[in-house]
Formats: sequence, structure tokens, C-alpha cells
Amino acid sequence: MKTEAYEKVRTARSNSRPTSIDYIHHIFDVFFEMHGDRKFADDGAVVGGIALLNDLPVTVISIEKGRSVKERMARSFGAPQPEGYRKALRLMKQAEKFGRPVICLIDTSGAYCGIGAEERGQGQAIADNLMEMMTLKTPVISVFVGEGGSGGALALAVADRVWMLENAVYSVISPEGCASILWKDSSRASEAAEVLKLTAEDSYENGFIEKVISEGDIGEDSFYERLKWELIWEMNALRDKPLEELLEERYQKFRKVGAQETD
Amino acid sequence: MAFFNFRLQPKNELEKGGRTSAPVQSDESEPEKKCPNCHKDIPISELAGNLNVCSCGYHFRLNSRQRIGMITDKGSFKELFTEVDYSDPIDFPGYQDKIDSAKNLSKEKEGVVCGTAKIGGEDCCIFAMEPYFMMGSMGTAVGEKVTSLFEYATEHRMSVVGFTVSGGARMQEGLFSLLQMAKTSGAVKRHNDAGLFYLTVLTDPTTGGVTASFAMEGDIILAEPSATVGFAGARVIEQTTKKALPKGFQTSEFLLKHGFVDAIVSRQRQKTLIRHLLKIHDRREGV
Ligand SMILES: [Zn+2]
Repeated sequence: MKTEAYEKVRTARSNSRPTSIDYIHHIFDVFFEMHGDRKFADDGAVVGGIALLNDLPVTVISIEKGRSVKERMARSFGAPQPEGYRKALRLMKQAEKFGRPVICLIDTSGAYCGIGAEERGQGQAIADNLMEMMTLKTPVISVFVGEGGSGGALALAVADRVWMLENAVYSVISPEGCASILWKDSSRASEAAEVLKLTAEDSYENGFIEKVISEGDIGEDSFYERLKWELIWEMNALRDKPLEELLEERYQKFRKVGAQETD
Repeated sequence: MAFFNFRLQPKNELEKGGRTSAPVQSDESEPEKKCPNCHKDIPISELAGNLNVCSCGYHFRLNSRQRIGMITDKGSFKELFTEVDYSDPIDFPGYQDKIDSAKNLSKEKEGVVCGTAKIGGEDCCIFAMEPYFMMGSMGTAVGEKVTSLFEYATEHRMSVVGFTVSGGARMQEGLFSLLQMAKTSGAVKRHNDAGLFYLTVLTDPTTGGVTASFAMEGDIILAEPSATVGFAGARVIEQTTKKALPKGFQTSEFLLKHGFVDAIVSRQRQKTLIRHLLKIHDRREGV
């Protein structure tokens, strides 16, 4: 069974799709990459630094899958270790200190799954980001450019604005994982993709994201130029908001998900 | 501090999506229970008199009401947010049946019980997750109740004591459940920023999206002996990395060694310790 949702999953995962670094090079005028979490290591799955968006200094943090086979291996195919999340948080706190807005680019099948990742507190690292991003005193826009896998993606997506590319996906669990739990058969991933409601359109309809970016000209100059101006306009609007209002709106945006009346 | 040199059989088959088959709820009519650690048959009456801990130190699973009963002063618990019910926001196949059997098995409406109580005379807000309701997996109802409890605690300047047990985010509610991680973390952060105290007790098992949110956000993090605590499921890690897992992987003792919990505390010692910690952190006078 082929489904439209699973076609999007395949597209989002495709090797021929631009990766986060392509976006960084095309959208920003200058990019200075910074390495390391200042605690243990530098995780290649997370690429971050200072950039100029037109004339505006911003902090860019991205999850990068890599392009060549060698690079993909070095970047763990875009599955961040705890150090990746801690590097991201370090750069976010630095952005807050200097009043720089933050732009996150997300493309990951999920947080790295391994013995070392558990030893160094993968869960704790993600939890820390969720808490700190909720009150980060600077505007944050997160853009899903490919895969958005579970908590490992959410750890960079507690933002004032969350956008998804038309073929990007965002899901609580991979369709394969879901199928193997539901039907003990991971080959039924395409059915699972449908029921999980993981497309950009689904997320938009459910009110989780504010914008779906069309992909007709993906990878072309016009595409990056369009996205760049969307970012500039939106960032200007967010910077005009009083900080208190910005943070209250950010809180309420997540607070309202699945909210019920309580006494 | 008592350390246990046994490793229970790996039981962390829970994945981020949460285990769907329910564990066996203890049957009161059964005269005895087999200890998975020392293999002795222990009379239920003896277990009940010992906080469901075997003489060998093995901690049997408790449901949320037993947990609250064990830790709070008699008659002091006042339940909050009882009206919050499950929802099926993405119309997931077979979810309704899962909910029905979870309700039957646990006799609870959802995966967490919240309220206010006294612990050794100290007022606090308390939540206990429910292992017999889809293994305490976090959907919108669990997220809503935990969030509401932190908001209540912030408003009333109260400490929060939380007992976690969870298979993670509840797959059947899709992104609605994933985003509860952000929602609960936001409420914990506001409580934190108000200078208020949050203590978590990690119990067996605490995994996935709950580990990666409010379980790991306590000012003080305690764990029960030999509880399984981790982010990714052990079986998934084994399959992905094709490496043998180290002895004691993802146990409380493993987390203590790696610096992610403050102390491992047996059930017998929990009430006294928590009472002391609450007393030390009482902020109602705005001290
Ligand atoms: Zn025993």
C-alpha cells in the first residue's frame, strides 16, 4: 500500500534533497561556525554559529545529515548525541546574552540511539533544551527542512514560529517503528505514515506550525531567496514584540496543545 | 547506601511510542507472588506490610494509588483535575480499545493521578504516574494533568513531588503527545523560575519522552533501586548498535554513576527523606 504521507517521508529522507548546510550557505551572508559543547565533545550532527541575515546578526543552529557518505558517517546521519543538544543550548544562551535572534533548521530521524548517548544523558540533554527554549529571551524560528523525528527534533523546535517545508515530516515515532509496534510488521510503514498524521499539512491543520513552505523550486536560488525574505519579515515582526508578550505567546502556543478545562 | 548487585532481566522493551501490552496487575485474591529476583514465593499480606518490597530488596511495582497512599499522610490527599479524560485527537486505529482495557485494568481514567497532600505534615503537590494504564505513557491527558499541577503549584507557591513511571510518549496521539513534552517542560520551567522546589522519584520503568522532559527536570532527582531509566529502549539500542549492552545498563545505579540522579532511595526511606527535603524547601512565606 502506497500512501501520500509515506511518499513525503521518502522525499524528506532523500539524499538528493538540500541539507541544512545548503540553507546556511544560501540564506545567510556570513556564517562563522562554532564547535563544541564546552563540556565533553563537538557533535558533528549539530552545526551552529553566528550568521548575518541580511544585516541582522543571528545565531543559526541546525541538524545536519551530511552529503557525502564519509560526511554522513561523521555526522551520524544527523542523529545528535547529547553533546549536540548541549552545543545548541550553549549557542542559544549566547544568542540570548547578545540579543541575537535564533534560527533553527531541523533535519533528523531522531536523537542518537546508543550506549554512550545514554551514559551521557540523552534524555536529560533534551529535557534541558525544552525547558530553556521555553523562556529564552530572544525570538526563535525553527524550520523543518527534512525529517523531524520525535524528541530529538522537538529539542530544537520550542520556538515562536515553527515552519515546515512542504515535504518535511514531523512525527512522534518513525512510521517503521510505529508499524512494528502496531502490526509487528515494519514493512507496513506506509500505512503507519498515514495514521500518524506526520505531514506538514497535518501539522498545519492541527495548529502545531504557522507556515508550510512550498517546494516547487527547492534548491534553486529563487527558493532560498524566498525563504530568506520570509525569515527576515517574520524575524522583524517578532523583534517588534515586547519580550513579555513574546514569551507568553510562546508558552501558550504549546500550552494549548491538547488542553482541557480544569477547575 | 544499599547497592544491589543483581541485574533484573532486561525488561525495557518500551520504545518511544510506549508499550501497548499491559503488565499484569496484582490480583488481590492471589495468596502469594513470585519474586523475580530471589524467586521466592512471598505471601501478598507480607508484601503489603513491607511497601511491596521483597526481603531481598526487590521493589515490586506499585499502582498510582498505592504510591500516593504509601507516601502521603493518611487522609491528606486531595485529588485534582479528575475531570481530565483521554482524547483521540488523530483518530488512531484501535486506540479506543486500548483505552478501554487500560481503564479496566487500572481502574483509572488516565495515566497519572495528581493532587495535593501532606507528607509528614509538609504540604505539597504530588503526582504519581500509573503503570497499569498503558504503562504511564504520556498523551494529552497526562500532559494536561501534569502541566495543570505545576501551574497550580506555581500559583500557590507549593513544592511538587512526582513519581514517574512511563513508557514515553503515547504513539496513538501522534504529535499531540510529543508536544506534551514541551508543554509540561514549560510549566516546570515557570515553577522553577518562581523559585519553587520540584523533586522527582524515578521508578521502574521511566523511559522515552517522559525521561526527556519532566522526569529529568527536578531540582532533586531520586530513583528507586534497580529501576530501568533511560531515553531510548535497550532493545532498540542493541538492535541499532549491534553491541552487547554493559551490565546494569539503564538502571538507577547506572544513572547514579554517570551523574544523572542524586540518590537511590529504597521505598522504606522515601517518606522520611522527602519530608525533610520539603521542609528545607518550603517557600510559601517567600523566604
Ligand atoms: Zn526477592
